[in-house]
Amino acid sequence: MYVAVKGGERAIDNAHAWLAEERRGDRDVPELSVAQIREQMTLAVNRVMAEGSLYDPDLSALAIKQARGDLIEAVFLIRAYRTTLPRFGATQPVDTGTMRCERRISATFKDAPGGQVLGPTFDYTHRLLDFALAAEGEGPAPASEAPARAGDVPHVAGFLGREGLIQPEPPVDGVPPDLTRQSMELPASRALRLQALARGDEGFLLGLAYSTQRGYARNHAFVGELRIGAVAVEMEIPELGFTIELGEVVLTECETVNQFTGSKTEPPQFTRGYGLVFGQTERKAIAMALVDRALRWKDLGEEDRGAPAQDEEFVLMHCDNIQATGFLEHIKLPHYVDFQSELELIRKLRREAGEGREAAE
Amino acid sequence: MSEELGRAGWMGLLARARAGDLARLVAGLGDVPAHDWLRPPETGTVMVRGRAGGTGAPFNLGEMTVTRCALRLADGAVGHGHVQGRDKGHARDAALVDALMQGMRAGEVRTKVLCPLVAAETARRMARARRAAATKVEFFTMVRGEE
Repeated sequence: MYVAVKGGERAIDNAHAWLAEERRGDRDVPELSVAQIREQMTLAVNRVMAEGSLYDPDLSALAIKQARGDLIEAVFLIRAYRTTLPRFGATQPVDTGTMRCERRISATFKDAPGGQVLGPTFDYTHRLLDFALAAEGEGPAPASEAPARAGDVPHVAGFLGREGLIQPEPPVDGVPPDLTRQSMELPASRALRLQALARGDEGFLLGLAYSTQRGYARNHAFVGELRIGAVAVEMEIPELGFTIELGEVVLTECETVNQFTGSKTEPPQFTRGYGLVFGQTERKAIAMALVDRALRWKDLGEEDRGAPAQDEEFVLMHCDNIQATGFLEHIKLPHYVDFQSELELIRKLRREAGEGREAAE
Repeated sequence: MSEELGRAGWMGLLARARAGDLARLVAGLGDVPAHDWLRPPETGTVMVRGRAGGTGAPFNLGEMTVTRCALRLADGAVGHGHVQGRDKGHARDAALVDALMQGMRAGEVRTKVLCPLVAAETARRMARARRAAATKVEFFTMVRGEE
């Protein structure tokens, strides 16, 4: 039975007013603009776009400001906003082979055509706090430049593919399943898994990916290639009858090269895992590739080692931080009636236990 | 390069342009031509797709905001705007230029709007490409003293 309890409106209004004041912080400190967050907290903006599953840096920056920097709360705001928008259609699959790479590294081939391009990376920094950033003053010196090379940067997997050394990914057409339109059904296709992982929580996927490296589902991974840059987004417009570019998105793509499969009929081949994520989000993209690879055990005829990262239901049903936080955080909301019934039950059990003891004595 | 752009090419260029740059260039064309809305600007999303392994079967990566509109000029030309983001002015300017490019003023619009947009985009892309090129690793072979 539900007992409707009213009250608390004034307390809630006052709590929200205080929240707004706390969000603003000390008024002697200048207020952050959304543009400042977009330009200077870029990697937080990228993470909110990726997990919010909506590419819009301005909205993502606004959500971060509104959420006081709580990124999961910001993702929640983006997911909620997304549901208010009509969907115009689906794009052509992006061609990451034409990416204008700003970073492109391979851990497997030193001399990969196109070169090792570090881009704006934290790698090789000493992770020492830079107190110069705390002092206001001149901006950094302009970055160095060098003559740019024209043309597309080839995928590293293509070199192995030419010799047949790696499992191919032949192009297939068709309409992929969409977990925002139909509820997830298991077993899931790889397309559905990749969609869930692309919007999944970075921390959760990082932990799972790390577990595969430590031996829970043995699949030693090399980063065959990691690339970050802008790709064109193209869509066919029915009223025009042709395909146009709607804009560009920055993506991070990670392709891992993993150990072999082979059989009596197939010679040994490297296998691969794939990560593709909105924005400059390389930790997430690498983690996604490792988890994708672990989840492919059935397709590749490997044994189930009972590892969490191999358990499709465990991974897919728990990687969404909005589903997770929604269920987790609801338990702090009033459960007075539920708990009242538990209280009555435990008192009754104790009473009965007491009576039983008395009767025995 | 803008001499070669066909309709799909200029629509893409207009979509990728900075909204502020496009607005300034459209303002440079003089009075905004009278137009009727066939579809007033509306914001929605498109589902961006990727391919497994970069080349394999398609999957849904996530959505992107898009604003679209369609308008008709007094001479009957119909222009479409489909631009990334939520800027309705950007979509309108793109549709106006698309319509003008189909009429008598196409040459003028190409010179005054498309050419500067191509130049701005090329400069923006080259600036980043040159920075990336400066971070390309040059390996040195260590010569071992065996001889």
